[in-house]
Amino acid sequence: METKNIMIVGVGGQGSLLASKLLGKMLLEEGYDVKVSEVHGMSQRGGSVVTYVRYGDKVYSPIIDKGEADFIVSFELLEAARWMEYLKPGGQIVTSTQQIDPMPVVTGAAAYPEDLVAKMKASGAKVDALDCLALAKEAGSSKAVNLVLMGRLSHYFGMADEIWQKAIETSVPAKFLELNKKAFELGKNA
Amino acid sequence: MKQLMLGNAAAARGLWEAGVCVVSSYPGTPSTEITEEAAKYDEIYAEWAPNEKVAMETAFGASLAGKRSFCGMKHVGLNVAADPLFTCSYTGVNAGMVIAVADDAGMHSSQNEQDSRHYARSAKIPMLEPADSTEALAFAKKAYELSEQFDTPVFLKMCTRIAHSQSIVETGERVEAPVKPYQKNIAKYVMTPANAIKRHPIVEERTKKLAEFAETTDLNRIEDGADKSIGIITSSTSYQYVQEVCKGQFPVLKLGMIWPLPEQKIRDFAKSVQKLVIVEELDGFIETYVRELGLDCCGKEAFPLLGEFSQNLIAEKLEQPVHTGKALDEALPGRPPVMCPGCPHRGLFYTLAKNKCTVLGDIGCYTLGAAPPLSSIEMTLCMGASVSATHGFNKALGKESEGKTVAVIGDSTFMHSGMTGLANIAYNQSNSTVIIVDNSITGMTGHQQNPTTGYNIKGDPAGKIDLESLCKAMGIRRVRVVDPYDLAACDAAVKEELAAEEPSVIISRRPCALLKYVKHNAPLKVNTDKCIGCKSCMKIGCPAISIKEGKAHVDDTLCVGCGICTQLCPMDAFESTGKEA
Repeated sequence: METKNIMIVGVGGQGSLLASKLLGKMLLEEGYDVKVSEVHGMSQRGGSVVTYVRYGDKVYSPIIDKGEADFIVSFELLEAARWMEYLKPGGQIVTSTQQIDPMPVVTGAAAYPEDLVAKMKASGAKVDALDCLALAKEAGSSKAVNLVLMGRLSHYFGMADEIWQKAIETSVPAKFLELNKKAFELGKNA
Repeated sequence: MKQLMLGNAAAARGLWEAGVCVVSSYPGTPSTEITEEAAKYDEIYAEWAPNEKVAMETAFGASLAGKRSFCGMKHVGLNVAADPLFTCSYTGVNAGMVIAVADDAGMHSSQNEQDSRHYARSAKIPMLEPADSTEALAFAKKAYELSEQFDTPVFLKMCTRIAHSQSIVETGERVEAPVKPYQKNIAKYVMTPANAIKRHPIVEERTKKLAEFAETTDLNRIEDGADKSIGIITSSTSYQYVQEVCKGQFPVLKLGMIWPLPEQKIRDFAKSVQKLVIVEELDGFIETYVRELGLDCCGKEAFPLLGEFSQNLIAEKLEQPVHTGKALDEALPGRPPVMCPGCPHRGLFYTLAKNKCTVLGDIGCYTLGAAPPLSSIEMTLCMGASVSATHGFNKALGKESEGKTVAVIGDSTFMHSGMTGLANIAYNQSNSTVIIVDNSITGMTGHQQNPTTGYNIKGDPAGKIDLESLCKAMGIRRVRVVDPYDLAACDAAVKEELAAEEPSVIISRRPCALLKYVKHNAPLKVNTDKCIGCKSCMKIGCPAISIKEGKAHVDDTLCVGCGICTQLCPMDAFESTGKEA
């Protein structure tokens, strides 16, 4: 199988670690070769952050390059737009509509771009945008955005539901399991 | 058992399986997790040392005593440890000793992108370079065999993409290495000129033997390809990009041992192909060697000296299909890293900016004090340089600079190499002001303990160095502590210490807002009836505050209620939401 590529993007501190952990475990369990690359250090401090998840028969490069991502999963709208060039033709963006002002916007040096979902679609990208923060809060915690996004991704991913369920069960602490399962369902069925 | 493992965690696993007993390191991205993970194994004694030089000397001492030892550091940390490095090459080891060094091409979290492979050649120490987690584990173990077989410290060279990517590993079990009883050997371990002069030829002879080993070891392997129009010599993450693109089309000499290099293997490989291509990030290290052999090759004339490689870059240079995507047709605002909401450094830098201080900075989260809108720090060089450079600045300009120049250095960085700079200020008496931003943790690298926190790497109580007593003992009479959340107190401290006609230290003390034990206040909100949109609160660059429809707005998912904005608002418009944080 040709290598498949998933990018998880967002703002440092939003917590994309659980999403990549869950995907990595699930894909390993399914027998694929897997590589997951993370960002540590300075850029974690509120900067633009990206995690690469790659799987297939044999994965060489630990990173994903421009025009290669089958999926971009984004915790924040501007970040989805920023990394859009990494999407392969026909790839799918799944993004939260949450907006976090970057420092140039906070200081007034720039404005937060408007209508990003429409602009990305107009550029030819397939975009599924939903208010993941609201759904996460509905599930019981604003920190469950991770699982809402995974639920939405599962919609396109072509992996059986029980495989996702098992991955969630082995990746999430028991006391947050029900909350996370609910977040996953809310994302999937949104 | 097969599992996904971070390159650094796999290296740590390799240490454990190799029977390592003593680990001493100083944290530095992208090397930190090797030591953090090693500390989780009960059989390993692991510690954070105050700096890399101390760490390497500690590891050397443990090796001398007869137990396998390790120290890990980032590329710039190796500069700090260069002094013991060059001479422990001469002494050799007793039990195996491995030094991990992690480079950061692309400077994800570093002040330069130096190529540490040069250290292997100049210190005459062998260097292994893994290309994924499986190799990180295997090479770490192999390094101990080589260290004891050839009586030398051995480098394990990581880079950001190997250190911080997870790939599949199969773990093994720990094999205890027999303790090698310490034996007094003055000729080997006392590097006086008379002894060292006898050790140097042994080092050169050792390098020759290692070069012979490099010819036959499976650390260096040829992956054949049908198309002999080119042959590629590569290593590390560059190897992965090459095979991602070429998928075995061209022959590849994949080097796992980067020093010494296998002369005959390279000559033979060159003969088997029409043209040699060297693919390596940063400097033309392999290329230089290949050219010294009189072989023609293509290296840095095609592949950049700067930054990281990627599969698309390799594809472009090797004239293979390049993937392209579609960018949005407009410039998007960047998202540089920023001080976190509630960061204790913010109040201090606001004060320094307001007082128009010349701020010579250092290495840590607080380097972000150089970013707009605070734009306060004017120099960052290396660990500890803020203190010594402020002394030099003031010696050069005297009264002209003394009243407005400050050094800003973190607690961990001060322990690392700020103390010696302060000794110079105390001894040679420059009228300098040093601010230690004490957030009670090593922040930027992800919360490691240090000698001022009172806890060790496992989080257990440990020795605690008292900064006030230390500075006073060094001869600084004016030492005071301020809370950086209290802007008035900060302002008074900075003004008074700059005005004082003697050296002074201000300790700006408050724990990092991200520490688990730090209790946050309820988030604030803006009373829009009171807010006049004057933007006074925007001067501190808090990510939680923005202007919406002409009025200040607080993002209550980010705000931790630190209250610095409250102190800046002339209208008293910030109010507590009263929500439990």
